Amino acid sequence: MTVVTDKQSHAVRRKSPPGRPRRRVTREAAAAWILVLPFVVLFLAFTAGPVLGSFGMSFTDIKQRDLRTPFSVNGVGFGNYVKALSDETFRKAAFNTAYFVIVGVPLTLVVALGAAVLLDRGIKRFQALFKVAYYLPVVTSIVAIAVIWRFVLSPDNGLLNTALGWVGIDGPNWLASKTWAMPSLIAMAVWRNFGSAMIIFLAGLQGIPQSVEEAGQIDGAGPWQRFRYLILPLLRLTILFNCVTMGIGYLQFFEEPFVMTKGGPLDSTLSVSMYTYNQFGFGNYGLATSMAYILFVVIAVVTFIQFRLLREK
Amino acid sequence: MRRTWWIYLIGVLGLVAVAAPFLWMVLGSFKTQGELLRVPPTWWPDQPTSQNYDDLFNKANFPRYFLNSMLVALAVTAGNLTFCSMIGYALAKLRFKGRNALFVLVMATLMIPGMVTFVPLFVLVTNAGLANSYPGLILPFLVSPFGVFLMRQFFLGLPDDLIDAGRVDGTTELGIFARIMLPLTRPALATLGILTFLGSWNNFLWPLVIAQTEDKYTLPVALALYSTGQNAQNYGLLMAGAVVVVVPVLVMFLAFQRHVTRGIAITGLK
Repeated sequence: MTVVTDKQSHAVRRKSPPGRPRRRVTREAAAAWILVLPFVVLFLAFTAGPVLGSFGMSFTDIKQRDLRTPFSVNGVGFGNYVKALSDETFRKAAFNTAYFVIVGVPLTLVVALGAAVLLDRGIKRFQALFKVAYYLPVVTSIVAIAVIWRFVLSPDNGLLNTALGWVGIDGPNWLASKTWAMPSLIAMAVWRNFGSAMIIFLAGLQGIPQSVEEAGQIDGAGPWQRFRYLILPLLRLTILFNCVTMGIGYLQFFEEPFVMTKGGPLDSTLSVSMYTYNQFGFGNYGLATSMAYILFVVIAVVTFIQFRLLREK
Repeated sequence: MRRTWWIYLIGVLGLVAVAAPFLWMVLGSFKTQGELLRVPPTWWPDQPTSQNYDDLFNKANFPRYFLNSMLVALAVTAGNLTFCSMIGYALAKLRFKGRNALFVLVMATLMIPGMVTFVPLFVLVTNAGLANSYPGLILPFLVSPFGVFLMRQFFLGLPDDLIDAGRVDGTTELGIFARIMLPLTRPALATLGILTFLGSWNNFLWPLVIAQTEDKYTLPVALALYSTGQNAQNYGLLMAGAVVVVVPVLVMFLAFQRHVTRGIAITGLK
């Protein structure tokens, strides 16, 4: 990879007048290092360092009281990992996170794709207006959204139950119900995030030439068949991209339960991120980092699997 | 043609679903506590009041949180614009040892969740004496792999001839970057600036951890702690607080939305 790239840039540079090539290369490299330096320093200190640091910490019994002396702690091997994985509450949090991702990601993508098709094929007038409006929730703070949605979902005078009341449905106390709390968080996540996947689907749809659909039409395929057998396969990479980015985001969901349910009722909306944060709050830094690393490994594995599943066939 | 009306109906229903919670929030922020508790709820405020905003700005310290959020977001944005364009240019246009390794490293960190790093980061920042300080809030976010990627992609699209011309004219390498190439990236800088500002404004986990006294809270931290603390029942105050968090970014997004969607296209599909 290195060789190829260097050769390419070399070939391009050949257009420049010859003479003093040596000095130019060194000057170029010197300038490059000056330009790269601030990033490298900040990156080492605040990203690479902490990534390695948390890996190390996850094998120690570091606690809040060791904050000032992080190197005087004891190694505990895989103790934290064993403790996390055998912890009932952590398992519950892992189950909840899986629930949130497995239901939430496909739902978000379906809504996003539906909206994208609607805008691309159906809505020609005011298309830009619709697009911007659907995207609005994406740019807003999840915390603020969660605060608003708590009122939308409030049992007696919330927006949702009032609207349901018009059609004769007596809505439950969404966030206080073990059954309904998680679906409520998922609904909110879909509402907030479908816009970002929609924008990417739209770009994907607009990249498909008109002739593809026309060919299908000539062959007598109906709209659904054209979508299912012509458009959808061509969107594979776009779906993959959305699936991966949504999956990574949803696996870390945190603000929603923090603001709306505090993880309740009875831990039914406690996420891995939130449990990790709670352990951090209790001062169990070693345990918290081991949980974060488990989450990280899951994110990496899930991403890898998604690539495999959608790449092949 | 005639069949398109139901497509617009679906579209408009979607608009209502997206807009209703925002309208509910804005209207709710002008209602009295009594009206907010009424069953069935009212849509328009019966007796519009600015009491909630008065409380927000006078009793609760929201001007301070607003300034904190603004200061942190502006500093983080300035840092990203400066440093990401610097390294983006070097990665795209300059030859030096380790260039590819550096790029691979940047890309690899795109996937690392903030959850993984925040505990050791907290230990580090605390030991550096920066807990509960503005540098502590700002420094970890001055560069982002996303920003590097975006700027590199954009620089790759600019012609090398400009650089060569600069060299022939005897401009220094840094001069070529700063005076010839950087001004051409204005669209990418606009995109990066807005996305970074929005990201920082909405950032929650790190400020929640590192801002320990009330005078360092950012808006999302303040709103989250108000909504889960003793003000959890003060609905009007929370609605008004949500308005203060949400409305500035909505206005900003509407003003610059072309840059946002273009940035997604640049990084998402290439």
